[in-house]
Amino acid sequence: MSAKSHIHKDAPLLEVKNLETAFSIDGTYYNAVDNVSFRVKPRQIVGIVGESGCGKSVMSLSVMQLLPKGIGEIRNGEILFDGVHLENMTDSEINRIRGKEIAMIFQEPMTSLNPVFSIGFQLQEVFFNHMKISKKEAKLKSIALLKSVGISRPEKIVDEYPHQLSGGMRQRVMIAIAIACQPKLLIADEPTTALDVTVQAQILELLKEIQEVNDMSVILITHDLGVVAEMCDEVIVMYAGKIAERTDVDSLFHNPKHPYTQLLMGAIPKMDEEVETLSTIKGIVPSLKNMTKTGCKFAARCPKAMPECVTVTPQLAESEEGHEVACLLYETSRPNTEVNA
Amino acid sequence: MSIERKNTAVLKKDKSTNELLLEVKNLKTYYPLKGGILRRTIAVVKAVDDVSFEIRKGETLGLVGESGCGKSTTGRTILRLLEPTDGQIIFDGQDITNVRGTSLRKMRQDFQMVFQDPYASLNPMMMVGHLVSEPIRNYNNKSEKELKQDVLDLLSKVGLPEDAYYKYPHEFSGGQRQRIGIARALALRPKLIIADEPVSALDVSVQSQVLNLLKELQDEFDLTFLFIAHDLSVVKHMSDRIGVMYLGGLVEVAEKDNIYAEPLHPYTQALISAIPEPDPRKKKERIILEGDVPSPIDPPKGCTFHPRCAHAIHECQSVKPILKEVKPGHRVACHLYK
Repeated sequence: MSAKSHIHKDAPLLEVKNLETAFSIDGTYYNAVDNVSFRVKPRQIVGIVGESGCGKSVMSLSVMQLLPKGIGEIRNGEILFDGVHLENMTDSEINRIRGKEIAMIFQEPMTSLNPVFSIGFQLQEVFFNHMKISKKEAKLKSIALLKSVGISRPEKIVDEYPHQLSGGMRQRVMIAIAIACQPKLLIADEPTTALDVTVQAQILELLKEIQEVNDMSVILITHDLGVVAEMCDEVIVMYAGKIAERTDVDSLFHNPKHPYTQLLMGAIPKMDEEVETLSTIKGIVPSLKNMTKTGCKFAARCPKAMPECVTVTPQLAESEEGHEVACLLYETSRPNTEVNA
Repeated sequence: MSIERKNTAVLKKDKSTNELLLEVKNLKTYYPLKGGILRRTIAVVKAVDDVSFEIRKGETLGLVGESGCGKSTTGRTILRLLEPTDGQIIFDGQDITNVRGTSLRKMRQDFQMVFQDPYASLNPMMMVGHLVSEPIRNYNNKSEKELKQDVLDLLSKVGLPEDAYYKYPHEFSGGQRQRIGIARALALRPKLIIADEPVSALDVSVQSQVLNLLKELQDEFDLTFLFIAHDLSVVKHMSDRIGVMYLGGLVEVAEKDNIYAEPLHPYTQALISAIPEPDPRKKKERIILEGDVPSPIDPPKGCTFHPRCAHAIHECQSVKPILKEVKPGHRVACHLYK
C-alpha cells in the first residue's frame, strides 16, 4: 500500500468534477454522463442508484479509464484520485493504479472470471502485476485471501476453475481479487444483482466487513434501493446521465426531494406496507439519441413539471445542508448556497 | 384513477370464491441426467418433488424461492409443457395429468403463460399484430377484419397504442414488450395465467406499471394467477396466498400477511430476513444462511433444508417432513411444528 497521501485527512479520496463522457453513435457524440460532480471521502460508502441507461456504469468506467476505445471518451472534466489526475493518464500510468489503488467488481461473476485459468492463477496475477513476490508466497497469500472472503477449504479452491463454483462463491473470488492489494477505493457495479437474496445477504455482509477492516471507500452502484438503505452512507440518484439528487442515506429515504426519487420510492412494493396500486412513472428513460439538450431531462415524465422545466436546465445545488437536488421546484426556496460550500 | 382502482379491488375480494380452479396433488417432475457412452440415465434431478397446493377461482397464488428451487418447473408442468413424473393436476374439476393430443390442445385455451424474458419470448420476425392474433388464429375461425379488431382491443387493454399493430418487437422497450406478451396470454380469455417472473427483467418504474396492469386485468377478466417470482416483496404485493419453495419442495403455504408477520419455516424466516429493506432506519435482525442451496441431483436426506438450518433436530436428518396445517390456512413442512 502506498502511504503517500498528497493531502490531509478530511480531503476527498476521489473527486469528480464536471465529468462529461460521450459515446459516438454514427459519428455524433452523445453525452452518457453529463456534467457530473461528486466526492467520495475516505472510508465512505457512496451509493449510485438509477434505472438502466442512466449512466451509472459509464461513470464508473470513466473513473477506471476502462471506456471502450474509439467509441466512448471523456470529453470534459477532471477525475482526481488522492490528488492525482486520472483523466489524461497513459495506459502504463493508470495500470499502476488500477487493481492496486482502485479496484472494481462487476455484476456477472461468471463472465468476469476467465474460464480457462484456475482461481489461484487469476488471484496471483494481481500480485505479480503490482508487487515483487515469489510464486510460493503468492500462492500462500491467495489462500489466505480466499479464506478472508469466507471460502471454506481455500487450499482446494485455488486449484479449481470458475465453473466448479456457485454464483455466490464466484462473487467471493471476485471480491478476493479486488481486495488483493488492499485498494483505497472499491467500485462495486451491481455486485449482487445476479445472486439470490440469501446469497446477496452473505455478500453484502462480507463487503461491509472488508470495508471496515481495510478502511476502504466504496462506490456501490445498484438499482436496488433496499441494498442502498442497508449499505450506504451517502447516495447519488442519477437520471439520464445527470445527478438528480445527492444526500445522506437517511434524508434520501425520509425526505426525498426530487420528483424522480419520490416516484422511485413509491414504485417499489414494500414488505410491511399494503398498497393496492404502486406509483408509476409514465414513459421510459430516454435513449442517448432522444435526450433533450436543454431543460430538465425528467420533465417529460415528471408529474410536477412546470413550463420552464423544458427551457431552463436545473443545476445541482444545496437545498438544505448536505442535501443537493437538481430541480427547479427548489430553486427559489434555496438559501444562499455559498454559505455552506 | 386510483380511486376507481381501489373500488374494483374491494369487489375482487368478494369474487374470490371457495371454488377450486386448480388442484395439484403430489406433483413430481424429474429430469433424467444422461451420461456415459450409451447415454444411459445415471441420475435424476428431482426438480419438483411431491408438491401439493390448490388455487381458488379469482385468487393469486404466489410461488417464491431461490433459483433452482423448482418454481418454474412447477409452473411449466401444470401447463403440461413438461411431463409430470408422478402426481395429479386437476384443472376446473377435470384431471388433466394424462390428457393428450387434441383434447390437451383444446384445454390449453384456458391456461396461458407470461414469460420472464420479454426479449426472448417474442418472435423478432413477426409484427405485433400477428404475434397477438396468433393464439386466436390457432383456435378460432375468424375473418381478418374481426381478428384485427380483437387485436386492437387487446392492445388498448394492455396500454399499447394502435400503431403498435404494424411494428416489430425490437421497436419496443422491455416494459412494452412484456405488455405484448400479456396481450398474447389474454387473447383467448383464459381462466388461469401462470406468470413466470414477469417483471424481473424490468426497471423499477416499469415494473410497477406492469404489476398494476396485471392487477387491473385480473379484476376485469376474472383471472386466476399463479405468480412465480424470486422477489418476495413483489410476490407479496401481487398475491393473496404465498407458497415458499426450497429444493423442489413446498415448505410453507399461508395467507400473505401470515407469511410475512409469522413465518414458521426456518427457511422462510431466513428468506424474509435477507431482503434488504428500503429504509435505513430499520435495522433488522438478519439470519445469514451458511453455504449454498445443495444440488437437486443428490438432495440431503430427511428435510432438504437441515444442513443449513439453525434449528435442526435429530429427526430432520432422516425423516422428510410433510406439509401439514398447523394453523387455519397455514401449512408448513417442518418437524418443529407438530
